[in-house]
Amino acid sequence: MIATIQAWFQQLYETTGFNFTVFYDPYDWDRYVAGLRMTLLLGISTILASLVIGAVGALLQSGPSRVLRALVNGFVVVFRNTPPLVQIFFFYFGLGTLLPDIRSADGLRAPILSNVQWAIISLSLFAGAFNVEIFRSGIEAVPRTTVEAAEALGYTRFKAYRYVVLPLALRVCLPALNNNLINLLKTTTLAYAIAVPETLYAVKQIWSESQNVLEMMLVLLATYAVLVGVLVWIMHRWERTLRIPGYGR
Amino acid sequence: MNAADPQGGRPGDLPVLLPFALPKDRAAARLRPAHLWLLTGLALVAVPAWAQGGTAALSPLEVVIKWAPLLLTGFAFNVAISLMAMAIGTVAGIGLGLAMLAEGRILPRLAWCATQVFRNVPWLVLLFFVMFLVPFQITVFGIRVPLPDWVKATFGFSLPVMANVAEIVRGAVRSVPNTQWEAAESLAFTRRQTMWRIILPQCAKRMLPPWMNVYSLIAMATVQASIVGVTEMLTLTAQVHAAEGGRPELFAPLYGFALLCFFLYCYPIDRFTAALERRFETR
Repeated sequence: MIATIQAWFQQLYETTGFNFTVFYDPYDWDRYVAGLRMTLLLGISTILASLVIGAVGALLQSGPSRVLRALVNGFVVVFRNTPPLVQIFFFYFGLGTLLPDIRSADGLRAPILSNVQWAIISLSLFAGAFNVEIFRSGIEAVPRTTVEAAEALGYTRFKAYRYVVLPLALRVCLPALNNNLINLLKTTTLAYAIAVPETLYAVKQIWSESQNVLEMMLVLLATYAVLVGVLVWIMHRWERTLRIPGYGR
Repeated sequence: MNAADPQGGRPGDLPVLLPFALPKDRAAARLRPAHLWLLTGLALVAVPAWAQGGTAALSPLEVVIKWAPLLLTGFAFNVAISLMAMAIGTVAGIGLGLAMLAEGRILPRLAWCATQVFRNVPWLVLLFFVMFLVPFQITVFGIRVPLPDWVKATFGFSLPVMANVAEIVRGAVRSVPNTQWEAAESLAFTRRQTMWRIILPQCAKRMLPPWMNVYSLIAMATVQASIVGVTEMLTLTAQVHAAEGGRPELFAPLYGFALLCFFLYCYPIDRFTAALERRFETR
């Protein structure tokens, strides 16, 4: 089966000149898959981390402490209004070089956090800032009476948030959340700038070696179309599962 | 809406949630001028603190001040690219949005497909697409027109703007009540007249806040042009850093300065957008 596909693309190259190296050259294929795996790792980890940041931030923002509220507000305002690429550079070059080094297993000096880890941190913070606002709008849609009812049942503030407010708020803000998470998946390409070997990086390597820019561009476009499509499908399914009966359409 | 129902919902709805509405006074994160001064003051105090000893090398703050004119020129270039991309993208986007709303079968489908593709592909990928596949010069009527990198980058940024504006146009036109169309029809307006004279003027104010959001995003995206080799603020920042001897403690102040410039440019837009959103809020 695989041999047939490889032979077909090899033949396509010989007859028409369309050189899809990834589909018949195992070395390029491995690089492409490794890049795809890195994109998935970046995407999934930043989505999860940004959701946590959003939930915690929204909890603090509605909390009693003025200092924490001001800090969260400042974080949201700054991260929403500055370019994510500059944020990544600021974290990786600016903060990364200020942190002390550690010795790796073979005795070499290595930074405490690798470029992949910095990319995950800065992308999560960027998307998390948007999630804080999204969750807050959802939390404000939960009626005060529901929270009071939870308090009357003996829930503490945190438990009421965890078991009553957040599940309801999540359902309200899911459409806005979808948008932001899809945006986040697209923003992972910026990790290219600090040499994280994700899909764009791998594809760029392949096309600079094989001189097949157009073909690899098409593969790249198709890859992201599929990735975003899958995420949209998952989120829509989730939205339908979480739907509150009798509410909305 | 049922006035007797305190929840404001339709009869039969569970009184679980209030209808979703942006809170009036808290639509945007609150940061007052006082906070801004505090942050700037902190930065001014913290930045020299990074300076390591009283050696001959300039302190990070001095480096930033010394190079600020050059870096701000780069920033002005970012702004110029974003404005041009926005202008091109808006014109193209209105065309694409109207094509999605056109009557017939093929044209709306094609326009819809184009919108989805340009919206869903990462901006950096689109930028690579344009930079690598558009030739560096084109020949029009025998005259060779050179296309420098920044022109191609501007074109690359206008593609996502186009798709986003098309969606904004479509959403705004869809939000105009059907009765407006019917009334126009009964007054014997043609479809084109209805669109240009009745529907679009009503949409304009609704489209303004999301349009400004797109502008804010594109202004922040222009730094991506540095990845494909256009000389703008981020490229200059890296060059300045190299020119100052590549000291690691200079990274944070220099990139911090870039962050500050974009913040000071985008934050007022953000606040103004939020204010407009409140102003044009229906219901």
